[in-house]
Amino acid sequence: MAAPDASAAPTEITAATPMTGAQSFVRSLEAAGVEVLFGIPGGAILPAYDPLYDSTRLRHILVRHEQGAGHAATGYAQATGRVGVCIATSGPGATNLVTPIADAYMDSIPMVAITGQVARSSIGTDAFQEADISGITMPITKHNFLVKRPEDIPQAIAEAFHLASTGRPGPVLVDLPKDILQANTMFAWPPKMDLPGYKPVTRPHSKQIREAAKLIVAAKKPVLYVGGGVIRARASKALRTLAELTGIPLVTTLMARGAFPDSHPQHLGMPGMHGSVSAVTALQKSDLLITLGARFDDRVTGRLDSFAPDAQVIHADIDPAEIGKNRHADVPIVGDVNEVILELIPAIEAEYAAGNRADLTGWWKQLDRYRETYPLGYEEPTDGTLAPQYVIERLGQIVGPDAIYAAGVGQHQMWAAQFIKYENPYTWLNSGGLGTMGYSVPAAMGAKVGRPDLTVWSIDGDGCFQMTNQELATCAIEGIPIKVAVINNGNLGMVRQWQTLFYGQRYSNTELGTHKHRIPDFVKLADALGCIGLRCESKADVDATIEKAMSINDQPVVIDFTVGADAMVWPMVAAGMSNDEILAARDIRPVFDGNE
Amino acid sequence: MSTHTLSVLVENKPGVLARVAALFSRRGFNIESLAVGPTERPELSRITILVSVEEQPLEQVTKQLNKLINVLKIVELEDSEAVLRELLLVKVRTDDTTRRAVLETVELFKAKVVDVAPDVLTIEVTGPPPKLDAMITMLEPFGIRELVQSGMVAMGRGNRSITQTAALRAVERSA
Repeated sequence: MAAPDASAAPTEITAATPMTGAQSFVRSLEAAGVEVLFGIPGGAILPAYDPLYDSTRLRHILVRHEQGAGHAATGYAQATGRVGVCIATSGPGATNLVTPIADAYMDSIPMVAITGQVARSSIGTDAFQEADISGITMPITKHNFLVKRPEDIPQAIAEAFHLASTGRPGPVLVDLPKDILQANTMFAWPPKMDLPGYKPVTRPHSKQIREAAKLIVAAKKPVLYVGGGVIRARASKALRTLAELTGIPLVTTLMARGAFPDSHPQHLGMPGMHGSVSAVTALQKSDLLITLGARFDDRVTGRLDSFAPDAQVIHADIDPAEIGKNRHADVPIVGDVNEVILELIPAIEAEYAAGNRADLTGWWKQLDRYRETYPLGYEEPTDGTLAPQYVIERLGQIVGPDAIYAAGVGQHQMWAAQFIKYENPYTWLNSGGLGTMGYSVPAAMGAKVGRPDLTVWSIDGDGCFQMTNQELATCAIEGIPIKVAVINNGNLGMVRQWQTLFYGQRYSNTELGTHKHRIPDFVKLADALGCIGLRCESKADVDATIEKAMSINDQPVVIDFTVGADAMVWPMVAAGMSNDEILAARDIRPVFDGNE
Repeated sequence: MSTHTLSVLVENKPGVLARVAALFSRRGFNIESLAVGPTERPELSRITILVSVEEQPLEQVTKQLNKLINVLKIVELEDSEAVLRELLLVKVRTDDTTRRAVLETVELFKAKVVDVAPDVLTIEVTGPPPKLDAMITMLEPFGIRELVQSGMVAMGRGNRSITQTAALRAVERSA
């Protein structure tokens, strides 16, 4: 599969030219290399939409809800590695972007959000459709700008793209008062950027690299703990070299699925609350965690004070604030994780050349035993219902790894992370940090816009799907033929699973009626939204239905997979418990050899 | 818990104080005292923050502060290595029998009377926090009508300067 093209547009030079603020804004986006933006116009942003109408270089995709614009920008960014752009008007348009901005912040997605604002003279007067969006988004953006002068527009846009895409990526919001868009100004490119407080460290400290190499070659039970930073840093290739050089077992977190091939024998799978027994246990029993672009999230560590109790920690991250935040780092390395790995490789080779290399045979024996004894799996339902895990597993097998999968949030997300085998970075998209239901459909839309050459599947739940499925109208009209697998169990499945396990099977407000009443009927809904709607209710029909969907490439397709309500996600570490308490399946505690 | 004095050099731009203050509350840190003002360079402001935290969370708060785009540099000032000052204005009840005693206290603390009325004296005093506390204790028996205190400002001793361009933003590379 071809790597996504992340190259920025060549810097163009434009001498000072008179134009309106709105024209300057559109020219700035073009010069910043934007090819597509997702949005909805409205009063305050209206002046910007007029020159946008004339732009031959910018494609604007009219979405149905600003939340869809935001997640589409995220999906585009996750699939391509480029900055995703969304645009909305002031007030409610801007506040509807809050959820996707928070989502992008938690998952370090390069995104620029543009919002209209009321005219400068009206700011602070509770004017119609006024909201203090720069104040509202302060805690959920890497940075934001309220542009106060028309001549500052190019600089704000240039700085926004620079901040969003460098260092630890994240969302940046640019708020544009209506009157500066209407004002006459001068446009020149490139503008001078003035960010004296922003100097991300990308080059790791050589002393730390040498320290890390010493620990790595000496460790008897090392694990490469790989996080989403490896994908952001485009470090998959380097990671593979490092892994194969050292022969060290590797786990990929929810955000890092695809950073390392699932088919690789050194890959133990995903750690965390619903991770594989082998991945979770490898971390628990390890004597050295080589942490690359991961952040010791609570869903990975479980109870922090009992997480990997015997392990020393090497922690490499571009964000110094992540290092030592949750877990003490014995060797902290601040830097771009690709550069870190590329410098670790020769340092480790030098140690090997000097005869320093611990034997990992025993460690691998132990891990292989976990892997063989507790493979990922699921039980066939005894009530004759369709197993959701089977649907997702078959989907992955039939569609293959050269496609993009965007999940919603909940049980189906975990099954999609577990049972689809990822071989390439940028092919697994999900809302990991914020856990935003409704992420999947618009994210898949954005991904398909960025990678029209690839098949893009949204794997959604019936709860999630009802939050943002209106973007299928966008897909149908704009010619964005995504495919949606609704894993319809009639319930808010993950919440129901917790009610089953921890609330005495008291199913308070988790039944959605999509089974009992078939409201909505997803096939009819798909049809109404200009998509092909298919339904599959039995194991025998799964393959044929997926193949049918794969044969349709000129229209979005929605499959209602009506699955059993009682399937649960296993393995599981209950919230707040130690990872040592992992259950491989309900009531099944893995037995580990005592004195390892 | 111990109190730490942070000197934060920031860009002099709208909203910067809000960003800094919001970060403290968002990450669960309490600001005990805060002072903001201009520096010898008009494009920069300096924020002095007293925060009461353990050592470990202090490191986290400085790292998070460093991530704010408008923050240029953060220095923790040790009490012994810095000059710490607060300004206090206090209105003390006085009459003919107590005025002399109040004025003696004023002199003792090298304070100043900045306003006089028949039944009150308004006193201005600057100094490190313990000095101001001691003075308040001395004045309390006379009756304090009103009291206002500035946030603390602080500056490191010796010839080094926080605004020296060469030293701007000393990012801890090894964290």
